[in-house]
Amino acid sequence: MSLIEITEVKKRFGDNEVLKGINIDVAPGEVIAIIGKSGSGKSTLLRCINGLETIDEGSISVAGAQLLPDELHLKALRLKVGMIFQGFNLFPHLTAGRNVMLSQMVVKKTPKAEAEGMAKKMLERVGLAHKFDAYPDQLSGGQQQRVAIARALAMQPIALLCDEITSALDPELVNEVLSVVKELASEGMTLLMVTHEMRFARDVCSRVVFMHQGRVHEIGPPEKVFANPATPELKQFLGVIH
Amino acid sequence: MNYAFDFGWLFDYWPVLVKGILITVELTLVGGILGVSLGIACAWARALGPRWLGAIVATYVELIRNTPFLIQLFFIFFGLPALGVRMGELEAANLAMVINLGAYGCEIIRAGIQATPRGQFEAGASLGMSRIQTFWYVVLVPALQRIWPALSSQIVIVMLGSAAVSQIAAEDLTFAANFIQSRSFRAFESYFVATLIYLALAIGLRQLLRGLGWTIFPRRAAR
Amino acid sequence: MTDFTTWDILRNLLLAARWTVLLSLVSFIGGSLVGVALLFARIGKSGGGRAFVKAYVEIFQGTPLLMQLFLTFFGLGLFGIDVPAWLAAGLALILWSAAFLTEIWRGCVESVAKGQWEASSSLGMGYLQQMRWVILPQALRVAVPPTVGFSVQVVKGTALTSIIGFVELSKAGTMVTNATFEPFTVYGFVALIYFCLCWPLSKSSQILERKLNVAHRNH
Ligand SMILES: Nc1ncnc2c1ncn2[C@@H]1O[C@H](COP(=O)(O)OP(=O)(O)OP(=O)(O)O)[C@@H](O)[C@H]1O
Ligand SMILES: [Mg+2]
Repeated sequence: MSLIEITEVKKRFGDNEVLKGINIDVAPGEVIAIIGKSGSGKSTLLRCINGLETIDEGSISVAGAQLLPDELHLKALRLKVGMIFQGFNLFPHLTAGRNVMLSQMVVKKTPKAEAEGMAKKMLERVGLAHKFDAYPDQLSGGQQQRVAIARALAMQPIALLCDEITSALDPELVNEVLSVVKELASEGMTLLMVTHEMRFARDVCSRVVFMHQGRVHEIGPPEKVFANPATPELKQFLGVIH
Repeated sequence: MNYAFDFGWLFDYWPVLVKGILITVELTLVGGILGVSLGIACAWARALGPRWLGAIVATYVELIRNTPFLIQLFFIFFGLPALGVRMGELEAANLAMVINLGAYGCEIIRAGIQATPRGQFEAGASLGMSRIQTFWYVVLVPALQRIWPALSSQIVIVMLGSAAVSQIAAEDLTFAANFIQSRSFRAFESYFVATLIYLALAIGLRQLLRGLGWTIFPRRAAR
Repeated sequence: MTDFTTWDILRNLLLAARWTVLLSLVSFIGGSLVGVALLFARIGKSGGGRAFVKAYVEIFQGTPLLMQLFLTFFGLGLFGIDVPAWLAAGLALILWSAAFLTEIWRGCVESVAKGQWEASSSLGMGYLQQMRWVILPQALRVAVPPTVGFSVQVVKGTALTSIIGFVELSKAGTMVTNATFEPFTVYGFVALIYFCLCWPLSKSSQILERKLNVAHRNH
């Protein structure tokens, strides 16, 4: 059974149809890389899955529950699916530890001591236990992104959506974030990630989705997609990247 | 509340109102043009002028921005004659508005100038422009463009503040309303009508300044 | 009557300045309370509430404070109440301050990065939770300097209440002038007292602003 089912999803911004009927089924534990040109709708797709954008047609279901745009359903969905952003979006007025604790206490009503324990554990997991009391502006970009991952993990999601999470980082900081993601993948976390890191996609992902003009243009295991692109668009895209 | 509103007096007193409006408009026009000019001169003095001049201007700006317009007006109209400086109500009102807007304008324009990248000065100099030319074309115009919205709001604020000049018997719109209410005994209605006119003037002035901005700084209009 | 020493003048003015301070405090605090209520209506989800606050701000920022004072004074009078000047003065200044504070604070709330809304949404927080824990704490920090800066406008605004007959610093200035015939000295002192009230506020607003900018650059 698939964990995330995306069926015929369409999304318009005014006259601009950004998603033109997307179909993807994600099995539990799968790691999926989404690649494609700028403007092809990758971010929009992830944002729809997280309910940050409402879809115009089609359906998305997560763990068997349909995504509906009312507050209750959205909250239930977001407890199951976490999201990591390109710009980290840590809460700048809270320490790293507090960033990880806040939503547990506010959304799940976890008692403070328990939330703190969880926060320590999650920061430990991303290698930042010693930064519990640091504010975001005292951390490097890579560290901030790892805190953001810990923050999402603390909600114990069954899947994580990652939108170009290393694009805002200096090159030397990219690997510390990717190795955390790799670790998560090996532990069986379901991941959907938009990425430009082709090597990472090849090494870690179970499937690669190539998006082009609002459609899934090609989909398949990385060996096939990267070694044997079937369409000229993908060939050109890979050619540009390398 | 059993009070019958009566706007019948409007019929008798509209010439008074019109005169008041014209004077308020005149005050705003003079205050706006001279005030902004003074603001530009002061901003130049603070940003690029000699140090002693900058210090004097800074004191002037702080004094004006930290005292009420009404008191500035009283000081000019009632106080200055003690020094032998005598003027009519309208001159005093105009002077007070120019001085007031000059101080606020100075700070607003200076902020715009400070946001000008340093390299622009050098670029101007390297093109063989004089200091004044560089200031005018390279520094001031982009600075004004940057702060035009803030400057526009300040001009509207000064226009609305001009209601206080009625207190030295300058015959502006508020003076007209005072006059009408004392004759017609319709205080609320008089001030209500005057308030509506002020609102219309403020909205009109805002549009005018926006249009002016588009004509002076066409680059912004293109965007 | 004519034997006013400079000290007498100053003493009378300082006594009256207490009312300026009191009225400023009442207006600022009252204005803040009303302003907070308006702010929530302005950034809330109800279209009617937003439109109401927009119109409110437009009216209070688009008309002279002096007219607002007159209308409050004579408007309350229409209800047959004999309105004391302090009541009209306080009420008008509260409503006027509220309009400006709401607008200032709305700017602060909107200055919080969009990503903060998205991140907190994606963590499952509802609108009120986002406001309470994520948006307002950040908006509050940016709001302090302009709010302190606006308090200067309130102090200066109280001068106009002299025109509807509230006896504070400006009114006392006129009264003392009428008794001493020394407008230069008297209005000079009046201006000086206002300056002493306002300048520390202006200055602290500037300093707070600078501190905030430095803190921002460290990000
Ligand atoms: N909120 C919005 N309003 C209007 N148009 C939008 C909005 N968000 C995205 N779009 C448009 O949707 C299209 C797809 O955007 P999207 O961000 O999904 O692309 P992307 O594949 O993530 O690109 P990139 O690689 O640059 O991040 C673009 O044409 C963009 O202009
Ligand atoms: Mg994107």
